[in-house]
Amino acid sequence: MDFTMHLGFTPAAYVVAAVLFILSLGGLSGQESAKRAVWYGIGGMALAVVATLLGQSGSGTLFTVLSVALVAAGGVLGAIAARRVQMTEMPQLVAAMHSLVGLAAVFIGFNADIEAARVAGMEEAARAALTGFAAILAEKSPVELTILRVETFLGVFIGAVTFTGSVIAYGKLAGKVDGKAKKLPGGHILNASAALISLVLLVVYIMTGSSLALIGMTLAALFIGYHLIMGIGGADMPVVVSMLNSYSGWAAAAIGFSLSNDLLIVVGALVGSSGAILSYIMCKAMNRSFVSVILGGFGGQSGPAMEITGEMVSIDTEGVASVLNDADSVIIIPGYGMAVAQAQQAVSELTRKLRAKGKTVRFAIHPVAGRLPGHMNVLLAEAKVPYDIVLEMDEINEDFPNTDVAIVIGSNDIVNPAAQEDPNSPIAGMPVLECWKAKTVIVLKRGQGTGYSGIENPLFYKENTRMYYGDAKKSLDALLPLIA
Amino acid sequence: MKIGALAEVFPGENRVAMTPDSALAIQKLGHECVIQSGAGVKAGFSDALYAKAGVGVLPDAAAVAAAADVLVKVRGPETSEAGALRQGQTLISFFWPAQNPDLLEIVKARGATAVAMDMVPRISRAQKMDALSSMANIAGYRAVIEAGSNFGRFFTGQVTAAGKVPPAKVLIVGAGVAGLAATGTSVSLGAIVYAFDVRPEVAEQIESMGASFVFLDFAEKAQDGAATGGYAAPSSPEFREAQLKKFRELAPDMDIVITTALIPGRPAPKLWTADMVAMMKPGSVIVDLAAERGGNCDLTVPDQKIVSDNGVTIVGYTDFPSRMAAQASTLYSTNIRHMLTDLTPKKDGVIVHNMEDDVIRGATVAKDGAITWPPPPPKIAAIAAQKPKEKVKELTSDEKRANEVAAFKAQTRTQVTLLVVAGALMLSAGWFAPPAFMSHFIVFVLSVYVGFSVIWNVSHSLHTPLMAVTNAISSIIILGALMQIGSGAGSNPWNGSVIVVVLAAASVFMAGINIFGGFMVTRRMLAMFQKS
Repeated sequence: MDFTMHLGFTPAAYVVAAVLFILSLGGLSGQESAKRAVWYGIGGMALAVVATLLGQSGSGTLFTVLSVALVAAGGVLGAIAARRVQMTEMPQLVAAMHSLVGLAAVFIGFNADIEAARVAGMEEAARAALTGFAAILAEKSPVELTILRVETFLGVFIGAVTFTGSVIAYGKLAGKVDGKAKKLPGGHILNASAALISLVLLVVYIMTGSSLALIGMTLAALFIGYHLIMGIGGADMPVVVSMLNSYSGWAAAAIGFSLSNDLLIVVGALVGSSGAILSYIMCKAMNRSFVSVILGGFGGQSGPAMEITGEMVSIDTEGVASVLNDADSVIIIPGYGMAVAQAQQAVSELTRKLRAKGKTVRFAIHPVAGRLPGHMNVLLAEAKVPYDIVLEMDEINEDFPNTDVAIVIGSNDIVNPAAQEDPNSPIAGMPVLECWKAKTVIVLKRGQGTGYSGIENPLFYKENTRMYYGDAKKSLDALLPLIA
Repeated sequence: MKIGALAEVFPGENRVAMTPDSALAIQKLGHECVIQSGAGVKAGFSDALYAKAGVGVLPDAAAVAAAADVLVKVRGPETSEAGALRQGQTLISFFWPAQNPDLLEIVKARGATAVAMDMVPRISRAQKMDALSSMANIAGYRAVIEAGSNFGRFFTGQVTAAGKVPPAKVLIVGAGVAGLAATGTSVSLGAIVYAFDVRPEVAEQIESMGASFVFLDFAEKAQDGAATGGYAAPSSPEFREAQLKKFRELAPDMDIVITTALIPGRPAPKLWTADMVAMMKPGSVIVDLAAERGGNCDLTVPDQKIVSDNGVTIVGYTDFPSRMAAQASTLYSTNIRHMLTDLTPKKDGVIVHNMEDDVIRGATVAKDGAITWPPPPPKIAAIAAQKPKEKVKELTSDEKRANEVAAFKAQTRTQVTLLVVAGALMLSAGWFAPPAFMSHFIVFVLSVYVGFSVIWNVSHSLHTPLMAVTNAISSIIILGALMQIGSGAGSNPWNGSVIVVVLAAASVFMAGINIFGGFMVTRRMLAMFQKS
C-alpha cells in the first residue's frame, strides 16, 4: 500500500502524536499518572517516526532501511546508557543527551542549507522531478526562501549553543571540568561580540545565502555556548541544565519551521516552554534573576559578610544515636553531599528503623538541592523512601520549631541562615530550609570547609547544632546498629 | 588556707555546708578542710566518711572557729556565731542582709568578711553558685511530694478494672525556679498541670515543661523580668484583681495548689484567699512555699500543716530543702565549692577577695570592718531585655477590598498591555510574512501556550523525570533527519548529495540514542517512586 497516495495520513498521525506528547507531559502532575504518561510519550514518538518513514514519497527503500538500522543502533546505545547510569549521575546524563539534540539540530540545519542551494541551482524540469524534502523546497517562493534562511539560521544557532553548552555542563557535572565559574579575559564582551558577529552574518546570509556565513555563525555560536556555561558555576548548575533543556526545545522548533513540519514545531515549543518554566522555578528558589544566572559568576559580595560568633561543636556516633533514640520527630534534609557519598540507601535504612520505632520521619527537599531539579526525590525514590514523607520546602518549613531533630546530610547553602540574617551575604534573600529552628540540628559533613558556593554557614556555629564529621555513608553505617 | 564547716544550730536544720565529695574538690584548690564533729550526720554523712576524705574532724564549734580561716555554713549565723568571728576571718553562708542589719553590724565590728550566698547576682557565670536556685529546685520538688502524701488520690489518670481514676489537676502559682521544678515534677507524675506567673515571658518555659500557662486577659504593659534581675515585681491593684478573679474561676477545679510567689525584699503577696480555699473540694491540698515570708495563702500557718473547715489541707512548712537534707547538702556544698573556686583563682590555696569581680562583689556584704551592702549594680546586664513584639497592622475589610481591587486593576493593565503589544507584533509580522509561515506560527504560539499551562502542574518531585522525558521527546528532531536522508534522491539513491545523507544519518543515529535513552531512564526513575 502506498501511503503517499493518502496525503492526509502523515499529518493525521502527527496530530495524534502531538496530543500524545501533551498528555505525556500533563501526566507528570502525579507519581502514579506519570507511569502511564511515559507510555503516551513512547507511543507518540513511535507513531511520529513510523508515519514519517511511510510518508516519504518515492522513498528509496534503501534509506528507510538505513534509517531504521540507525535508530536501532542508536537505541541500543541509549538503552545501555539508561540501564547503566547511576541515579546520582542523572544530571550528567541529561546534559549529555541535550548535546546530542543540539548537534542534530546543527546537522539538519546544514542539510537544509545544502539542499536549498542545490535545488536553487536546478532547472525547472529537474525541480519537478524532485521528491521528499527537496520537493518542498522546490515549491517555495522567494519570500518563503528568505524566511527559510532565517529559520535555518536560528535553528543552527540555538543548536550550536546547546551543543557546546551541554558538553561543558556535562564536563562540570561529571567533574571533568573545573566546576568554578571561569571566564576568558574580556568576559561578557566576548559573548556579546560573538552574538553581534552572528547577527551580521545573519544579514549576510539572508542577502546572499552563502554557506560560509552559516559556517562562520556556527563557530561563533559554538564559542558562545562554551564560554557562557564556563562562566556559570556552583549552585547555579540546576538552572543551567534546565536552561539547556529549554534551548534544545527551541532548536527543534526552529528546525520545524525550516522543514515546515508542524509536529516538530509543537514538540519543540512544548519542550522549550517546559525548560523555561523549570529555569524560572529554579531561579525563584534561589532568589536569583535569570539574567544574573546567565551572566554567571556566583559569589559576588556587596559588603562585608556578617561576623560569625560561636564555635562548631562536634558529636560522636554514640551521641547522635542517643539524640535520635530520644527524638519523636525527625526531619532529614538531604543535599548534593548525600549523592556524592552514595548514602541514600543508608538514609533509607535509617528512616525505616526510626519509623519502625514509631517516630515521625520526614524529608525536606529544597527546590535546588542537588544539581538537577528534583534530583533528591529521584535518589530517595531509588532507595525506596516512600514519596509521601518527602515534602517540599514550603510544606515543611513551618514544622521545624516543633521538630526534635533535623539531620542535614551533605547540604549547605540551602540551610544557610545567612540568607535571612545577613543582608550582605551572596545568597541574601534566598529561601532556605529553617532547620535551625529545630531543637537539635545534626550536620553530617566531611570537614570544616564551605559549601559549593564557598560561603560560610552560620548554621554550623549555632548553639543547637552538632557537627558529625565524616563521609556521610560511613557515618550512617556506623550509626545504624546503634539505633535500637 | 583552712576551710571549716560548722554544724547547724537552728532547730530542725538538717543540712550541712560541706560534704565529703565537696571537701575533696576544695582540697584540690590547695585548701585544708576541717569540720565540726557530727555536722553531717543528719544529712547522712558520718564523721568517718569525712575523715576518709581527708577532712580534719574537730570536737566542737569553738575548735573549728579557732582553726579555720574560712567558715562555711548553711543558715545565716546566730548572733553568738557572728560574735565569735575574728579579724580577717571569712564566713560564707546565707545571710539575708536586708532582714538582718544587726548581724551585719556585728560582723563589721569584728572586722570579719561575710559572703552571702543569697546575694550572688543572677548572671549566667554565677549560676554554678546560685544556692537560692538549687534550694528552690529542691523545694519545688518536695512541695509536690508533700502534696502527694497529703492527697488521697493518684496524680495520673487511670482506667482500671476497679474503675476509672481521673487525673489530678495541679495549679502552680509563680513559675520561678521552684515553680518550674514543681511543674516538672507534677507533670512527670502524670497530673494535668496549670501554671501562672505575672511575667508573660515564662509562658514558653512553662509550656516546654508540658504544663499549660494560665493566660490573664489584661491590657497592662507586661512586666519585663529582665529589669528586675529575673524576679517578679509588685503589680498594680487592677492587675491583682484580675489575677484573683482568674484564680477564683480555677479554684473549684483544682486538686492541688502550690504557691511559690515571692517578691524580693517584701512579704509574700496574698494570692490564695480564704474564699478560694472554701471553694475547693474536700481532700484538696495547698502547699505554700512562701510560708516563711507570711504565705501566699490567707490560712497558711508557717511551719505547720493545718486542715481547713472544709477539709482542705494547707501545708506551710518552711524547711523543704532541709527535709531532703542529703540532696540539699550535696547541691549547696557544690555551690559553696564553686564560690571558693572563684575566690581561689590560682588554685594555690590562697584566697584572693577580688572586689572588682561582679559576682564576688555582689555576694560580699561586709569586709575588713566595713559594710559593703547593698552592692553597686553589676557591670554586665544579667538577662537580655525582651524585644518588643512587632505587631502586624490588621487591615480592615474595606482596606482589604481596596487592595484587592487595586491589585486586580494592575493585573488587568499589565495583561492588556502585553496583549496589545504582542498583538501588534503579530499583525506586523503577518503584514510581511507569507501565509504558509503564519499558519506554522499559529501552531507554534499555541503550543508554547499549551506547554506553559501543562508544565505548571508538574509535581515538584517529578522535575528530574520531566527533564528526561522532555529530553527524549525533543529528539522529535529525528523527523527532520528522516525527511532529509532520502531528500531529492528520486529513484536513484545516489542522486542526492552525499554530505546531506551523512549528516542526516548521523542525526538519526544521535536522535535514536536520545529517544531510547531518555524514555528508558524516565521509566526507570518513575518505577522507583513508591508510596509507603
